[in-house]
Amino acid sequence: MPALFIDDWAPVASHRGWPRRLAPAEGWRALGEALRTADLVLLGLWGDRDAVHAAVFHAPQRRAAVLTLPLAGKHVPSLGVFHAPAIRLERALQDLHGVTVVALPDARPWLDHGTWQCAAPLGDDGPAPGAAGTTGFLDASGPALHQIPVGPVHAGIIEPGHFRFTAHGETVVRLEERLGYAHKGIERLMQGGDAVAGTRLAARVSGDSSVACSWAYCRAVELALGIEPPPRATVLRAVMAELERLANHLGDVGAICNDASFSLMHAECIILREHVLRVAGAWTGHRLMMDRVVPGGVAVDLDDKARDAVQALVRRIDARLPELVELYDNTASLQDRTVGTGRLPPTLAAQFGCGGCIGRASGRDFDARRDLAYPPYDRHVPLVTVFTEGDVDARVRVRLAEIDASLRLIESLLTALPAGPIACLPVAPPTAMVEGSALVEGFRGDILAYVRLAPGGAIERCHLRDPSWFQWPLLEAAIEGNIVADFPLCNKSFNCSYSGHDL
Amino acid sequence: MRRLLLKNLFSRPLTEPAPVPADVGEALRGAIARRLGRSLCIRAVDAGSCNGCELELHALGNAFYDVERFGIRFVASPRHADVLLVTGPVTTNMRVALERTWDAMPAPKWVIATGDCAAGCGVFEGSYACVGAVSRVIPVDIVIGGCPPPPEELLRGLLALLADDRRAPR
Repeated sequence: MPALFIDDWAPVASHRGWPRRLAPAEGWRALGEALRTADLVLLGLWGDRDAVHAAVFHAPQRRAAVLTLPLAGKHVPSLGVFHAPAIRLERALQDLHGVTVVALPDARPWLDHGTWQCAAPLGDDGPAPGAAGTTGFLDASGPALHQIPVGPVHAGIIEPGHFRFTAHGETVVRLEERLGYAHKGIERLMQGGDAVAGTRLAARVSGDSSVACSWAYCRAVELALGIEPPPRATVLRAVMAELERLANHLGDVGAICNDASFSLMHAECIILREHVLRVAGAWTGHRLMMDRVVPGGVAVDLDDKARDAVQALVRRIDARLPELVELYDNTASLQDRTVGTGRLPPTLAAQFGCGGCIGRASGRDFDARRDLAYPPYDRHVPLVTVFTEGDVDARVRVRLAEIDASLRLIESLLTALPAGPIACLPVAPPTAMVEGSALVEGFRGDILAYVRLAPGGAIERCHLRDPSWFQWPLLEAAIEGNIVADFPLCNKSFNCSYSGHDL
Repeated sequence: MRRLLLKNLFSRPLTEPAPVPADVGEALRGAIARRLGRSLCIRAVDAGSCNGCELELHALGNAFYDVERFGIRFVASPRHADVLLVTGPVTTNMRVALERTWDAMPAPKWVIATGDCAAGCGVFEGSYACVGAVSRVIPVDIVIGGCPPPPEELLRGLLALLADDRRAPR
């Protein structure tokens, strides 16, 4: 395997899983330059005590690393100046840590709307009084242009966020998102608590990705502590994660069609979704399976009755799915809305390291379950479907393919369900500082988790990066040139998380 | 499409019988029933929830719960709403939007705090970015607890608003 420039950087021994390396003084600039090539993908960027971290993935060699730039003062060199996907992450870094990112192309506050009870809640010097100012919107002016403000309270039962459209007649010239309305300060709440207390928060980062986010968090904790959940636990986690994927994809396919006013598909899909949630509820005691993935394993076992129910569910969806695919295929008026709408070019998806079905509908052949495989996906490799069209239609078709792939995975997972315990024995709290990072594929894409535990086991820093961070900016690109009335369709086909992003 | 519709036409309905309404007290129930008869228009506001409550609110629309059969509708504008249903621990960033939505609703109006966060901040207690319970921002009439409340609980809470003598619990 050819060496990369980062391989020369000094490794940090306390970090387990992928390597963590310390960047030399000019290292951030080299990293910025390297991110411009499609080979190196930015997985995340977050602040810490006297440091800033960036997680990267090298696609050809399929390996990941965390890179750390130690800071002497309050100034951080910008990656965003080289690599646009880092800009919002650096805006959030400024808001949360009270540092200044030097030469950041867009330095307006992002999560901080000037309402928090303190400024720089994660800063080195502790939270400061006061708050950041308000943000203006990017300029778009011309004689025939008009603006449409939407949100943060939307027309339906939706999460809060603001969209500022500038339109020329019916055509969207520019969309600018303003997020942060759902910011709950989760990373600060986690600090000081133990890993088990953090699990309840990790499960509520984004309610629809509860299993996946809990899994990413728990895996980072487990790597840090050097423990490995028993095989039965990892398989049960995967069954839960695939049920979560099924429920969400079914809901999304229906909701996308509903936004094109094709309510029949919606009605059919949400029936199947309800079946999934009921099986999950009967098995785990919680329809969204919150708090069922815990550090060291899972909280519930799968008895024969629950196993039969899951298998019956697979058969039920199997029987209905071809009819729904046929319904989608044979409804020309529906495809008139979805084909060619909201096109996301593959170059942008690659540049942003856009995960999930959005990336895979735009030619980005990446799935953390396969490309950075973690148990049990090292043995149960999912079928990854990729389209290159990048339109709403492609995003529907990737989801339909992934529903089928998840059904096959659940079958194979249940056939090979190992016997044994569902969680490893509790371990003594660490006597030294330990840390770990993990990437877990949720229904929306890859979720990054970084956890560092202090001696004694209290969480010193926990960072959870939702896949939406690299998808929201692309929605702005995909909607350009489309008509305003197609925005709900485009937005739903992305289905980015607000809560997971705002954290 | 025709085949699917035909098949559905000859299969049994999935819709389940109504659950027993939650107990919200005679006074409130009477007041709402008198004012609104048997229809209820709800404006939902997510004041920073994790989206779990929203998912279960969505589920109310599926064939099993079919909330519209009770005359309950989720509406797009606060101007059309009788009830403001709020989820989430009211983030400081959402406080103004929540207040304005409440102000935009015509009287008489009621507020339902839905989920443990809206009821009392839930797991986000103590955050610099959360105001906490909805009742700290606007007056709350009914609380539906749960994290998130399952659809049946939501339905029980909503039916409580509509229940009158003619709709006695089965």
